Amino acid sequence: MKIVMAKPGLDGHDRGAKVIARSLRDGGHEVVYTGLRRTPEEISRIVMDEDANALGLSTLSGAHDVLVPRICELLRETGMDHVMVFLGGIIPDRDHENMFSNGVRAIFGPGSRTDEILSFLDEASSRADSGAPIGVAGEDGWRWN
Amino acid sequence: MIDQEVLLKSAFNGNRRELSRLLTHLEKGMKLNLPEDAPPRKSTVLGITGPPGVGKSTLIGRIINYWKLKNQNVAVLAIDPSSPRSGGALLGDRVRMDSADSGDLVFVRSLSTGGQPGGISSSLISMIDLLSYCGWENIIIETVGAGQSEIKIVAFADKILLIDGPDRGDIIQAEKAGIIELADVVVINKSDLPGSAKAAESIRSSLSFGDIKSSPEVILVSADKNDGVEEMMNLIENCDSPDWRERIKIKERLISLWDSRLLASPELNRIIGNLQTGSISLDDALDELAR
Repeated sequence: MKIVMAKPGLDGHDRGAKVIARSLRDGGHEVVYTGLRRTPEEISRIVMDEDANALGLSTLSGAHDVLVPRICELLRETGMDHVMVFLGGIIPDRDHENMFSNGVRAIFGPGSRTDEILSFLDEASSRADSGAPIGVAGEDGWRWN
Repeated sequence: MIDQEVLLKSAFNGNRRELSRLLTHLEKGMKLNLPEDAPPRKSTVLGITGPPGVGKSTLIGRIINYWKLKNQNVAVLAIDPSSPRSGGALLGDRVRMDSADSGDLVFVRSLSTGGQPGGISSSLISMIDLLSYCGWENIIIETVGAGQSEIKIVAFADKILLIDGPDRGDIIQAEKAGIIELADVVVINKSDLPGSAKAAESIRSSLSFGDIKSSPEVILVSADKNDGVEEMMNLIENCDSPDWRERIKIKERLISLWDSRLLASPELNRIIGNLQTGSISLDDALDELAR
């Protein structure tokens, strides 16, 4: 898959995002890392220019409630319904449902294993190959966790 | 099957999403069929190369701003190697191009070398043609230069910028690979660090042993401090590439397309196997591939 890894908003810590980016590369994926402090508008433009299939968002700042829904909405508005969004960082359990209902397909918190993320991407690819929706506008509600 | 004609029309009319999708198809090996009445290519292709860590992406960020201020658009194709082991790639050039995500005048696409069997070379020419057709005036191609691969940039670029840093000694490697003679401008970046003036001087002096008329200009720049960028751009925009460049360009295009055809050959694996067991010689293998 071609995956954009992004750090939205005011959050200066990207060790986690970099570790994930690297392990996805080692798993055979093409990963584009955006760098820190990107706005939702910038992120959706990067996904468009790179023609990525998936977007990994890493946020530790607590602003996911605002940023993630905005990014998902922008993807839908600009015709990128097919892009799969997954999330990592500090996302409290009570916010998970809200994230999923905005179109996120998986959430990986602290302690997640990188091979689990790779398995998630494998399953997503095979679902996509068989024509099942995995994108941010998908209707069928499939999610990893 | 995708309808290339419909996508092309939409991309031509400024639809960024469709332009981006078309680039993916070209990357995967689709042939580009521009309309017959398409005007000849007008864009200027600037090739930027140099060793890892000398500041290519940071400098490209500055060049993007330079053109943006003049209200000119710019498309960047940033090429990074893919991992030979996993086939994956980590494309991180955007991190240092902070002007890259800022508006309609800028389009940046990261490419890995391993996207298709024949390598990136064969699709790069059609990607450039597509961007030009869709109205991108300035096109930048960024490659990591580490020896032989740099020379391929000659096949695609109209003008070439070679970047190095102070006291790295890599320029000697560049000299060995022949790229320095092909550069239009040699930039010593990080001019704010000690040793940069000395590095520029030693390159100038080694160039002075050759043909002075065709030697590239050597200029000190600090991409970080945005110092010297304006002068560098004036040099690039006003230099005339020598006639023999066109000849080398055609030759390099031929070689890289030959390479990609070889790598994409369905017989390749069998022939490599035969070479490994010693049942055929290298000459036999070449004859067979050329057939």
